[in-house]
Amino acid sequence: MNTPSDALRESPLESDLVTPAVIPASRRFYWSVRREFWEYRSLYLGPLAVGALFLLGFLIRTIHLPAQIRAASALNPMQQQELFEQPYTFAALLFMGVIFVVSVFYCLDALHGERRDRSILFWKSLPVSDLTTVLAKASIPLLILPLLAVVLTVVTQLLILLISSVVLLASGLSVTTLWSHLPLVQMWLMVLFHMVAIHGLWLAPVYCWMLLVSGWARRATLLWAVLPPLAIGMAEKIAFNTTHFAAMLGRRFGAGPEDVPFTTGHMVMAPLTELDLSKFLLSPGLWTGLAVAAVFLAAAVRLRRYREPM
Amino acid sequence: MACIEAHGLRKAYGAKIALDGVDLRVEEGRILGLIGPNGAGKTTALNAILGLTPYQGELKVLGRDPWTDRDQLMCDVCFISDVAVLPRWIRVSQALDYLTAVHPRFDRAKAEGFLARTTIGHASRVRELSKGMVAQLHLALVMAIDAKLLVLDEPTLGLDILYRKQFYDSLLNDYFDRSRTIILTTHQVEEIEHVLTDVMFIHRGRIVFSRSIEELESRYFEVSVRPEQVAAARALKPMYEREVLGRNIMLFDRVDHQQLTALGEVRTAGIADLFVAVIGNEAGNQAGDTPGQRQGAGR
Repeated sequence: MNTPSDALRESPLESDLVTPAVIPASRRFYWSVRREFWEYRSLYLGPLAVGALFLLGFLIRTIHLPAQIRAASALNPMQQQELFEQPYTFAALLFMGVIFVVSVFYCLDALHGERRDRSILFWKSLPVSDLTTVLAKASIPLLILPLLAVVLTVVTQLLILLISSVVLLASGLSVTTLWSHLPLVQMWLMVLFHMVAIHGLWLAPVYCWMLLVSGWARRATLLWAVLPPLAIGMAEKIAFNTTHFAAMLGRRFGAGPEDVPFTTGHMVMAPLTELDLSKFLLSPGLWTGLAVAAVFLAAAVRLRRYREPM
Repeated sequence: MACIEAHGLRKAYGAKIALDGVDLRVEEGRILGLIGPNGAGKTTALNAILGLTPYQGELKVLGRDPWTDRDQLMCDVCFISDVAVLPRWIRVSQALDYLTAVHPRFDRAKAEGFLARTTIGHASRVRELSKGMVAQLHLALVMAIDAKLLVLDEPTLGLDILYRKQFYDSLLNDYFDRSRTIILTTHQVEEIEHVLTDVMFIHRGRIVFSRSIEELESRYFEVSVRPEQVAAARALKPMYEREVLGRNIMLFDRVDHQQLTALGEVRTAGIADLFVAVIGNEAGNQAGDTPGQRQGAGR
């Protein structure tokens, strides 16, 4: 393979000319997120199906709606408010729950599936870094699904408002009673806050832990995600007769940071005050949680880099 | 510049040594066959070259350290590790979209051109394709990437002969252009023989044989020795001897062609014959040194 020296000198120039434009990291990230939706269609099909089912149920229930409105005038204002808000609150809670379940199952498989079917060997043959891939996967439960839940809640609530209004008008009733009792925009802001604060930030260590387990375990990711925390809680109880770890987990899933009224049911409808927001943002629990989440993610990136497919 | 350069490449999995000081140099524009028995370290060596596994020793691929510089390296290097690693859920059109978006050197029109020659539809999912079609699809995607180095690790394992032949034909005709480098491993040595420019044998984590095909063809001959010439032939120190249907077949290295013709029918030694000779001798030597090590060392 004798190459003339002229050709040697030319070749770097040539290759510079044909070097295609550099692909920005944001584009790789965007397409990596897209491919998650190709692979895990349940991410949007699940919530959509639940939404459709809810609407169907609501449609059947509207038969009683005119009678309900007529009876409502006899109730006191508080009861009226509750009665009218009920389906809207229920829709919001429904999507919160569905998104949580979908997120859990997604996280437990996100880094496991590609190793199981060895397609990681294909993904790794492309110039997309492990960091980009893991961050794209983490963005699904932390950002994309919460926002999807907000959008679905808004759309569903508008649809049930439309259905109710049509039914009321058809039965010759006024829609003003109904409309005046629905603080929809406020409700949407609450849902947005809840999804971003709770699912995106407060539950981040939980989702990232599950991602890490899915990148590490050979099988039974659900067991590996659940058993170690249980074991730690039990060991603590036996060794020190304390329950700090279990209490911490309980706060993570149930109440939210201390002193912030985060229990989902009340949370949604309670008006959001600035005090709650600043309390939440200043709570040490939030920031330790985020730090732990970052550590889990870093470990997941490292695992993806070092591990060979199963 | 050498495409790949390695000095004292080592890799151990616990007590098992997968690579035991590999030195190798692959020039640009070569098609190298890396051949070795199961567990010899082929895949580990390729994984090190592709930055899929950390290693000890010195290794440069296209002038870069494959482990630390992996993300940049993957713009210029492409690989097919094993058959059927394309995700089963992906649609052909999605694979094309994704590669177009993330790979700076992917030429979508080219890939579509390759696919047009097959029966693969753009709307099909990988899981709906036969194993041979998946290999065709993967090859079409990879050949549309203007990479400097292509690594193929058992890309045709389990495919039938038609697909295998087609695979290597299109690799040679549509892809290879003497500026690219290709490394491939396979168990079907005979099928890739005409494709290669260089060959290396790897055994127990070491490169035990490394020649260009021209060298191979001018140096190694196999002689089907006539019975009355056996003693004379043995005097010329064949590197390997086997018996087939009562005839002694001997493999000679650098023995004058005229001399060999006097002994019997002469033909160029195939890679498979050489492989058996070299690895057989290696195994024999090792077994002689330390009895019982043979079973223990197989990974």
